Amino acid sequence: MFIAPLDRKMFRDLWHMRGLAAAISVVMGCGIALFILSRSMLHSLELTQQTYYDRYNFADVFASIKRAPDELINRIAKIPAVAIAERRIVVPVNLTVPGLDEPASGRLISVPNVGRPRLNQLYLRRGRWLTPRSDDEVLASEAFVDANQMEVGDTFSAVINGRMKELQIAGVVLSPEYIYEIKPGGIVPDNRHFGIFWMNEEALQLAFDMDGAFNDLSIKLMRGANVEDVIQRVDNLIEPYGGLGAFDRRDQLSHQFIDNEIEQNRNMGLFAPSIFLGVSAFLINVVMSRTINSQREQIAALKAFGYSNLEVGWHYIKSVLLIAAIALAIGIPAGAWFGWLVTGMYARLFHFPVFLFRIYPSVLVAAGGVAASAAVLGAIGSVSRAVRLPPAEAMRPEPPAGFGPTILERMGIGHFVPPIALMVVRQLERHPIKTGFSTLAISLAVAVLVIGNFFQDSIDYMMNAQFHWVQRFDLSVAMTDPVSDRAMYELASMPGVMRCEPTRSVSARIRAGARNRRVGIRGIEPDSTLYGLVDMDGRETPLPPHGLLVSKKLAEVLNVNVGDWVEMEVLTDKRPKRRVMIAATLKDFVGLSAYMDLEELRRIMLEGQVVNGVNMEVDPAYQDALYRELKETPAIATVMVKQHSIDSFNDTIAKNLGVMKRINLIFACIIAAGVVYNSARISLSERSRELATLRVIGFTRQEISSILLGELAIVTLLAIPIGLGLGTFFAWWMCTAFDQELFRFPMVVSNRTYAWASLVVIAASAVSGLLVRRNLDHLDLVAVLKSRE
Amino acid sequence: MTSTAPSVETVFTARRITKVYHMGEVDVHALRGVDLELYAGEFVVLLGPSGSGKSTLLNILGGLDVPSSGEVFYRDRQLTQFDDAALTRYRREHVGFVFQFYNLIPSLTARENVGLITEIARNPMKPAEALELVDLGKRLDHFPAQMSGGEQQRVAIARAVAKRPDVLLCDEPTGALDVHTGVLVLEAIQKINTELKTTTVVITHNAVIAEMADRVIHLSGGEITGVDVNARKRPASELNW
Repeated sequence: MFIAPLDRKMFRDLWHMRGLAAAISVVMGCGIALFILSRSMLHSLELTQQTYYDRYNFADVFASIKRAPDELINRIAKIPAVAIAERRIVVPVNLTVPGLDEPASGRLISVPNVGRPRLNQLYLRRGRWLTPRSDDEVLASEAFVDANQMEVGDTFSAVINGRMKELQIAGVVLSPEYIYEIKPGGIVPDNRHFGIFWMNEEALQLAFDMDGAFNDLSIKLMRGANVEDVIQRVDNLIEPYGGLGAFDRRDQLSHQFIDNEIEQNRNMGLFAPSIFLGVSAFLINVVMSRTINSQREQIAALKAFGYSNLEVGWHYIKSVLLIAAIALAIGIPAGAWFGWLVTGMYARLFHFPVFLFRIYPSVLVAAGGVAASAAVLGAIGSVSRAVRLPPAEAMRPEPPAGFGPTILERMGIGHFVPPIALMVVRQLERHPIKTGFSTLAISLAVAVLVIGNFFQDSIDYMMNAQFHWVQRFDLSVAMTDPVSDRAMYELASMPGVMRCEPTRSVSARIRAGARNRRVGIRGIEPDSTLYGLVDMDGRETPLPPHGLLVSKKLAEVLNVNVGDWVEMEVLTDKRPKRRVMIAATLKDFVGLSAYMDLEELRRIMLEGQVVNGVNMEVDPAYQDALYRELKETPAIATVMVKQHSIDSFNDTIAKNLGVMKRINLIFACIIAAGVVYNSARISLSERSRELATLRVIGFTRQEISSILLGELAIVTLLAIPIGLGLGTFFAWWMCTAFDQELFRFPMVVSNRTYAWASLVVIAASAVSGLLVRRNLDHLDLVAVLKSRE
Repeated sequence: MTSTAPSVETVFTARRITKVYHMGEVDVHALRGVDLELYAGEFVVLLGPSGSGKSTLLNILGGLDVPSSGEVFYRDRQLTQFDDAALTRYRREHVGFVFQFYNLIPSLTARENVGLITEIARNPMKPAEALELVDLGKRLDHFPAQMSGGEQQRVAIARAVAKRPDVLLCDEPTGALDVHTGVLVLEAIQKINTELKTTTVVITHNAVIAEMADRVIHLSGGEITGVDVNARKRPASELNW
């Protein structure tokens, strides 16, 4: 095979600086891997969501009703723009699961006695469909079955209509409606203690006294339908039957979570790759500047012999494109591998029938373009200098560098500084831009580490706040229906219960002008000790005696301030409508919340001493006995054991975060090592003559190492505070970007994170410095002095 | 001023060329109005101390540099009106350079260094053939670092002549060499001049080398101070310094 001599030169030049080229390729490869990961993951998620929704007919509008006659569904189906309207029965149940001492809860959803549901269809993962007319078979959600290590054919018990009934799992299913299964009021999924089950309609009708009636509906809209208009019409129709207000996908919890994830990928996905590609462009810039400087005479010779500027420029551009190609060769498989890792994470979180991580050709093309651009961007400055270099000029060696007195001397302390230190400082000062960029590049490594750990800090803080400052109870129960607060005293007398506090929650729509949101309003006692109204900064907000206390985010969404009046339309019971004042806001972490003084809420609801939830403090010694009693209490819809939420959180989110943290650590080390190794190698090659001269005139290895490593040390130490600042800034920026209705991240960076980021970068720098030092030890004094630079 | 037979074609004509370098706040006058003619096939030595402007003159003739004023003709074409692309083409097609420090590409072997030029030339020799001309037929696949200075310079000469240039311009070709290897290099240059009839210009500050030239042009302070014609050209092998 014929390879043009100029191309041979390129290959050999690259081989000669293989260490540097490898360092750059790896840094750039990380950027490419992240780019491929984020873009492909985004496409995969979007495509999976879309196909799942389409194929399994995920509904567009949902509504719950107290109890409506079957014929109502026909009237709803006649609303213009409604393609399909389907009725069903959805009821909360308490469960007794073999192997679980503590109570679990679930949701039973009816499926037609004959045929399959038309909307929110189920994907049968294992087992079989329900036997027609069976009243003891269920289809169970995969998340629940897996979390409890159950299988098709296993049984568990549910309290149905006050009686314990044994149910058998006929099949394991997935539903587009519950890709992310979360208990109402929960913030993290707890699949062991909460499951979704589908059962024949007839069985549910009989058990829950719903003969000829339904309490839940789903609607598929025609293309181009006006959602708001349909919701309005549905609300009008269901209101007389205790309609809870129709809502569209935006308020559907599982959909919200996935959309949230997709949005996050879309917005933040390019941030990390940009850092890596930026740093690799910088590294290429440094290396190419050095290469072209050292090849001035070769360039001149090429030009003297008639190589055109274009040919010379292309020669160097080709070499950086080759580096980009190696980066792609590293980045594409690495991206695929990360994709596989992250797919595993998503599989734990979301339940899709098929979720394949696929690398799309368009993403590969884009990755190629991005890599090539970063490479060319990095090289273009020095290459254009090579191109512009007049051939006669190039024949003369580069003029000696101009040095001046440094800041130390200008400050008048030059005399007290040893000459080696002066050399180090002068060298750094002579290339302020290069020094600046090296510092910036290393500081980005610090910043990457800060950000990686920031998420952990932030989530730790958030979980600590949520589980210790806000939810001070051990256990929280929700009733199926509001009951007299005497029920609370019954609970208080159960074994191990040390304290009980009542809550009354209602679902309501809050309107402010044209804006409205459907939220739960929680009535609590002003002197509640088991529920804290604590903001992100850990400050307790007293419950205002009148009006609403709302999430700051809710106030933002509704565009209201403290002191403004809003309309509160309760969607249950007597459906009172009142104008209430926004009395205070709370900078909280999760969801859109609204709180009210328990008594005031009861007044608005026109009811007496009624509760539908109780927060409890319990003695763990008695928990088994307590669980047994709770399971047998019919009025209780769900029992939330705080410790289970914490465990479940640690099991899923924390595990996923751990994976991300490790990936982050690897990446940050690569950036830090790449930059430091690069700077050190370049310094060494630029100054090997000078250093060899020093050795010849009697300096020790130690002393000349300290010149070279001193520079690196100064740059690294300069980079650390900048990187910590930069990381903090990025963290803050991410907090702003993540400011969503579902979650808000507190801006918390622990000192441990700062220390960790600094130490990792110092260690990475030290290792790469020592690698280069080995070269220094092998400096061939005679050869270096003989050969003309 | 003596001139060679009028029947011989003029290759270069320079008229009142000057060159001023702006080095910071001082202007350096490298050439102060030089008139010059070079003829086809002749061997010319530009002799002068360092700083006399001989390298500048050579660079201008070779199309590496342009004068600040004055005109330079290559045969009937005015180099001073060429743009950068035209100068590149001119160098590619007509000029062979040999530099004091060889300027070989260290990452390429002898053969590949020559191949670099034959690659872009119109009617080149084979790289091996060019290296044979300078007696390096046995060192084809050695890298510059594996060769002595004299060998490296001979590779550079092979590289310069492989394209069969019209002119061979050598800037202190023996400047970095000892006498023995210097002589070998000069022999190679002389051989090219006599066998290929290539117009050859050699810059040197070494008066001994001037003895092998047809004409010796003396430069000093950016001006031509005299031209000698050698009645008898001494073969390079007889030189010693």
